[in-house]
Amino acid sequence: MPMLNQTPDPKAIRNDSDPSLRSGFQKARNLFSTDHKIIGRQYFFLSLAAVLVGAWLSLLMRIHLVWPKAIILFLGEIKPENYLAQLTMHGTLMVFFVLSTVPQAGFGTFFLPLQLGARNMAFPRLAAVGFWTALTSFLVLMAAFFVPGGAPGAGWTQYPPLSALASAGPGQGLGTDLWLVSIGLFCLSSLMSAAGFVATTVSHRAPGMTWMRMPLTCWSWFVTSILILLAFGILLAAVVLLMLDRHAGTSFFLPGGLLISGRAIAHSGGSPLLWQHLFWFFGHPEVYIAVLPAMGVTSHLLSVFARKPVFGYKAMVGATLAIGALGFMVWGHHMFVSGMNPYAGFAFSTLTTAIAVPSAIKTFNWVATLYGGRIRYATPLLFSAGFVSLFITGGLTGPILAQPALDTYLHDTYFVVAHFHLIMAMAGLFAIFSATHFWFPRMFGRMMNERLGRLHFWITLFGAYAIFVPMHLLGIAGHPRRYSDLSGVQYVAAMAPLQKFITLAAIVTIAGQLIFLANLFWSMRRGPAAETNPWECGTLEWTPASYATKEGPGEWRPQVNHGPYEYNVPGAENDFIMQDAPAS
Amino acid sequence: MSVALRLALLLVVLGCVYLFLAHPYWFPAGASSLSGLIDHQFRIALWVFGALFVVGHLILVWALSKKPHAGGMASQGSWQLEVTWTVAVTIIFFWFNISGDHLWSSMMPPAKHGTEIDVEVTGAQFQWYFRYPGADGAFGKTDAQKFARPDEGNPLGIDPSDPAGRDDIVSTAMIVPVGHAVQLHLRAQDVVHSLFIPAMRFKQDTVPGMEIISHFTPTKIGAYEIACAELCGLGHYRMRAVVRVVSEAEFAAWLKQHGSF
Repeated sequence: MPMLNQTPDPKAIRNDSDPSLRSGFQKARNLFSTDHKIIGRQYFFLSLAAVLVGAWLSLLMRIHLVWPKAIILFLGEIKPENYLAQLTMHGTLMVFFVLSTVPQAGFGTFFLPLQLGARNMAFPRLAAVGFWTALTSFLVLMAAFFVPGGAPGAGWTQYPPLSALASAGPGQGLGTDLWLVSIGLFCLSSLMSAAGFVATTVSHRAPGMTWMRMPLTCWSWFVTSILILLAFGILLAAVVLLMLDRHAGTSFFLPGGLLISGRAIAHSGGSPLLWQHLFWFFGHPEVYIAVLPAMGVTSHLLSVFARKPVFGYKAMVGATLAIGALGFMVWGHHMFVSGMNPYAGFAFSTLTTAIAVPSAIKTFNWVATLYGGRIRYATPLLFSAGFVSLFITGGLTGPILAQPALDTYLHDTYFVVAHFHLIMAMAGLFAIFSATHFWFPRMFGRMMNERLGRLHFWITLFGAYAIFVPMHLLGIAGHPRRYSDLSGVQYVAAMAPLQKFITLAAIVTIAGQLIFLANLFWSMRRGPAAETNPWECGTLEWTPASYATKEGPGEWRPQVNHGPYEYNVPGAENDFIMQDAPAS
Repeated sequence: MSVALRLALLLVVLGCVYLFLAHPYWFPAGASSLSGLIDHQFRIALWVFGALFVVGHLILVWALSKKPHAGGMASQGSWQLEVTWTVAVTIIFFWFNISGDHLWSSMMPPAKHGTEIDVEVTGAQFQWYFRYPGADGAFGKTDAQKFARPDEGNPLGIDPSDPAGRDDIVSTAMIVPVGHAVQLHLRAQDVVHSLFIPAMRFKQDTVPGMEIISHFTPTKIGAYEIACAELCGLGHYRMRAVVRVVSEAEFAAWLKQHGSF
């Protein structure tokens, strides 16, 4: 571990809150910092920007669905092509730039080294380049809104031939090219970030930080990084191939004989199913890339706020590894009606059922961690409990969709929309909210407002359920997803009243997020100053010494003597023991 | 706050259960030979997983309300419990999985040639076409790039030089006789579409470059809507068609009437 042996640079040991550091020069220097705490915060704000755009798009879509003639301020009436562009960009922003970014690259870059007792990531420059690549990727994606034809309208899954041919619809020209470039850059960014995570976990653990003393957050970030390394390379290859089909005359995904709006297409020999296999070979692990860090945060916080050790730590680690491994063997459950060989349906159905088992193990262990705890009902605990509830609700429709016979009917209906929004989007978001409230004092030196936090929690909990549970019924009644208008099919038109209810719930819920924004920005400037360890948590990011290593290599080299979740140990002075406390 | 959280979770559970019991929207009445079996499997799924949803939340609420341990270190885990619940959910999930496999097998029968009504389905932006082989029982060759003329009555591009194609019938509605197995040959001209007939509990993507064989057997006379279930572009939401299930005599008359052009 060469980093640990470097002589400390005295200039590097500084305090963030020192006003002399707020000069313009310093800010510019911090902007391109290789310090993991700055990079983590940069990812946090990138995701915040992405989630604002993504939520705004979902609001526009919900309004257009039930009031197609509504005139939106500055935008006018929403047309079908606008709706499909909004749908594609909403999915892309939320999946890539929010759910795969802030729980992993955001909180992970900030807290992985601190929780392991390391002063920085293993490859600090790579981590910094990773962030700037992600930001570039985001800006390229946003540019798609402003080019002729607008943003792509083929959905975030970008199935060819629709996504491969500019003549297939508006947005399928330059907009789709920008989308592909953006996602290619995002793949590179994720690969760079994940390589640093794996190296940091393997080689930068403090003395005494054995694998089985790592907080479950670190386990999640580590396994997620391996998933990223294996999955994003495939997506990168796929977007390059699609780009070649679009501009270099290749036919990876384009079969012969295509006739698009009366025009013959001169490609032949490719297979649209190949894209689906490549995309979902990335796409399903991607779901776990999004949710594993959220699970790690939940395990961590339930223990801290129940003042109890995580129940079944080893089972939790095992379940994380099992989910990671099985996550690569279930992609075909997205393709039961795609024209894939029906025999493959048996295998993918069985493997998908198998992955429900470690997920259930985690749920049981979360509940058992809460059981009999001296629970502190602070905002992070509320959101973590909400995560468990949403995970149960969204998870239990998984084994239903895993059956090809039932999925035949439910595939591409609102039932699926409800399922993945609850389990991935809402559960993921709840973990992000709990992590934000929990780590805010460590990231920004101040406390967030509890009262606003709770109000925000109640609105979001009831809102999430009010929006997404009724969507199951739409799906059961056969409402296909990605319809920009309800009037085209009679039985769909009949479901307008429930769609209206969902839109109203969405408006209230999205408006409720303004409370979070206000709390976040107000607390950054005006929140009460935080103590060193406000939640009385035992992991290393809260040790006073860890604060002194700000921005650069210091002398911090903790000796770890304890497990991550030693709460209520008989005979101990406090109800928690720091990991670097002297061995008893 | 503890009471509020527990009440909120209970309220959520009650709301969800009420919504599913009241179910203002539900499956359309089934009209195919397998719809009864599929609906039965759905009912099992909704009861089993609905029960797990309720029980899971009740346990969560109960765990939140449990008084703290009076002293001593709280449990760090129990392998007995881990094994018990792992085995329990494994049995439930895989029992359900295996019961679904049987159903999937029966939905995918091996192709039997001769007894079914053959219908070729072609998805094109944003229209469904249904082709019948006519009296000779054979579909004519198609080449959409060369011969497709939607405004001249040949949207599929049936090769005019192929005698098998002369008696082919092309329709924008699917007409099938009640009680007969229908063998669909699914194709797409431009992008991926998906033929979704909710009343038949039928869905199959149509993929350019592939001919996918699939089956269903209508059991009730009536008209049923078809929707497109795979995003195919601007008009995806209005890519609608109708299946008309008619008596055998009516079907024969329809074939005769349309076959003689």
